[in-house]
Amino acid sequence: MTAATVTPYRSTHPAGPDRFAQLLRAEWDKFRTVRGWVIGMVVAGLLMLALGLLAVQNSSQCGPANSNSPNPPTLSGAACLPTFPIGPGGQAVTDSFYFVRQPLTGNGSITARVTSFTGVEAQGVPGSNTPGLQQWSKAGIIIKASTKQGSAYAAMTVTGSHGVRMQYDFTQDIAGLSGSVSAAHPRWLRLTRSGDTITGYDSADGTHWTQVGTADLAGLPSTAQAGLFATSPQYGVLTTSFGGGTGNFGPTLATGVFDHVSVSGGKHSGSWTGGTIGSPAGFGPNGQSGEGFQQADRRFTVTGSGDIAPVVTGPGSAEGGTGAIQDHLIGTFAGLIAVIVVATMFITAEYRRGLIRTTLAASPRRGRMLAAKAVVIGLVTFVIGLVAAAIAVLVGDHLSHDQGLYILPVSGLTAVRVVVGTAALLAVGAVLALAVGTILRRSAASVTAVIVGVVFLYILAVVPGVLPSGAGGWLLRLTPAAGFAIQQSSPAYSQVASAYLPPDYYPLAPWAGFAVLCGYAALAMGLAVFLLRRRDA
Amino acid sequence: MISSLPGMEATIEVSGLRKRFGPTLALDGMTFTVSPGRVTGFVGPNGAGKSTTMRVILGLDAADEGSALIGGQRYQTLLHPLSHVGSLLDAGALQPSRKARNHLLWLAHSQGLSARRVDEIIELAGLQSVARRKAGGFSLGMRQRLGIAAAMLGDPPVLMFDEPFNGMDPEGIVWMKGYLRSLAAQGRAVLVSSHLMGELQDTADQLVVVGRGRVIADRSVAELIAAASGDRVMVRTTARTEAMTVLTHAGATVAATGPDTLTVSGLTAQRVVTLLSDGAVPFSEVSAHRATLEEAYMELTRDAVEFRAAAGSAEAAR
Repeated sequence: MTAATVTPYRSTHPAGPDRFAQLLRAEWDKFRTVRGWVIGMVVAGLLMLALGLLAVQNSSQCGPANSNSPNPPTLSGAACLPTFPIGPGGQAVTDSFYFVRQPLTGNGSITARVTSFTGVEAQGVPGSNTPGLQQWSKAGIIIKASTKQGSAYAAMTVTGSHGVRMQYDFTQDIAGLSGSVSAAHPRWLRLTRSGDTITGYDSADGTHWTQVGTADLAGLPSTAQAGLFATSPQYGVLTTSFGGGTGNFGPTLATGVFDHVSVSGGKHSGSWTGGTIGSPAGFGPNGQSGEGFQQADRRFTVTGSGDIAPVVTGPGSAEGGTGAIQDHLIGTFAGLIAVIVVATMFITAEYRRGLIRTTLAASPRRGRMLAAKAVVIGLVTFVIGLVAAAIAVLVGDHLSHDQGLYILPVSGLTAVRVVVGTAALLAVGAVLALAVGTILRRSAASVTAVIVGVVFLYILAVVPGVLPSGAGGWLLRLTPAAGFAIQQSSPAYSQVASAYLPPDYYPLAPWAGFAVLCGYAALAMGLAVFLLRRRDA
Repeated sequence: MISSLPGMEATIEVSGLRKRFGPTLALDGMTFTVSPGRVTGFVGPNGAGKSTTMRVILGLDAADEGSALIGGQRYQTLLHPLSHVGSLLDAGALQPSRKARNHLLWLAHSQGLSARRVDEIIELAGLQSVARRKAGGFSLGMRQRLGIAAAMLGDPPVLMFDEPFNGMDPEGIVWMKGYLRSLAAQGRAVLVSSHLMGELQDTADQLVVVGRGRVIADRSVAELIAAASGDRVMVRTTARTEAMTVLTHAGATVAATGPDTLTVSGLTAQRVVTLLSDGAVPFSEVSAHRATLEEAYMELTRDAVEFRAAAGSAEAAR
């Protein structure tokens, strides 16, 4: 027998077209046929859910509203649910202030000069009130759709330490003249209504006016309330320590003195009515409000307490018993740990057993193989993450309500971004783990590297008092932990003083933080493909 | 006509492979060809470069120089490589918690092959009873079978097995030898590596003997044995001294290899018979010495082994 007489054998299974889908299917087969990995992914979802829902606890109790009995029964749970007015933008807002007003029908304007702005803090001990304004204490002029809390408005106001501002509809804030108010340096303020548009002006002398901004208050009724207001948010001193923070909070008052008050144009009554919007703040040792106004000659002295601003969460915020939807996703880091372990094993197990040679012999185009692995592990993680996050947010909202915890409402789009973003965060974390596993080829080293690089840094940055807040902030800007920013559901408002700490607030915008994580994952994948192609298997 | 189509020819062509791992030259100009219809034995001591060569052929390791082609094509350019080359390098390369059938299933799907093909191959390999068991619990012999099933999934014209007899019981070895022969009989090119020549003696048609990263001999089994046998002649005689005198006188080199046997080099058997008869030296047997394949192999690879032993002791001395 010689080679020349042999008919070479030909495969009865000729190669069909080469499709990426075949690689995807093979990698999916690999994933689903190792029970430990499937269980690991389910555990990831359950960990997320369990931690998120266990975190819904509100131990605070409250007395019944409007009870006059000397020993009111103590309430807890849903009965304690605080209620917030909802602003025109759909967000929960604080809308409490003292309002000296008159109806204004049709187009017109209101002008006033502020000659003095002072404040006082209640220290809780009778007679120990200290003078001082909060940085966002406000006094000025306002045009508001109605006296109903949460209704649309536009205001020109002096502030404790941010100069003159034009603010409208709770979330909008435009800077005007800077500096503080005194008799020597009065501030002239003017609001002009034209249809639904209100324009704000300020002036130092009443002659030279500068336009600060315009507010489009869609649907402003023809008769709006125009007048003077004063309000002052509670003070807060927040001390963070390891694992938590303690706050010292109390109500404050602000008093503005106005003259040259005039309402012109349109139809107005000419007589002023004073009253608090929202409930009185209970300032002072005996619970008297201290709010009110006096009119002497053409001078108005208006004293108010409260705030006209969006509600924010977290330590240092004015409102206790509030949370945000991302509070239900606090277990994401735990789920991510399980995801990292499974995603790393997805490649390192092949190296450990030498199975990588079988894989690469079957798929010699190595980059495509790794891409297929990344798609499979990413998609699996995404689906698990999406289900877990959606259940956590929905059930968490319900539980919070029953516990008397107020969850700040967010737009549907924001809720979708937070839930889908959480799933995407987990999926990108999985791809990062896969890439690092490919680079290092060892399970223990890779799992440790990724857990430290993502989860541990996140915990360092998020648990209060572990790191100085500045350092934590940089971790959340520069490291893969930045990706958690995708979970922030409401923005930090510069016009509301609060600590704005993670995990409710992040130094980077949601998508920017997520992009940082994606950058790391892309970098790691690039290096992984490079090494995978270069190295002997 | 068909054989001129690229990828259709069932051959492996290895030429001039050179590869260095740090200070070690693993491959040093490795060159040989595996032809269809024959079992080609790939033998050499451990560390001679057999496994490295096979990994280079499969595109797993990159050679510094030289080329390895499957039917004229580089492995990396094959679309569904398992339909061109089936290989079993390491039977232990399995995810222990994955069931045998699922191992074959992902491999099949990666090549666009169906689950039906998987069940077909499971039956061919006689794995039905264990197909739904976790591969981690398999004996080495079962793993070898599973590995062979994986290699046969794409029904490839070229097959490569690295030390397939390792860990097999005698019954399995007999089965394996028959199986390799049957694959070659179907026209496939079969490359089988072993560090034990005996395993290949009655299996291989062609032997590629390697040492120190290069081919020492590339011959048919018959040629190799003939060469190793040389021109030695075995003589059985009761008159050892007389026989030695006569034969040495005629220019031969004679060695006493037993109480009544001599091994003679430098003379043909016929000449020995003539000389002994002429000298009236009694003898009961004169025969040409036939070397075993093992002997031939030992002789061929002595240098390589010695080199390694020397290198090893130098290493140990440091």
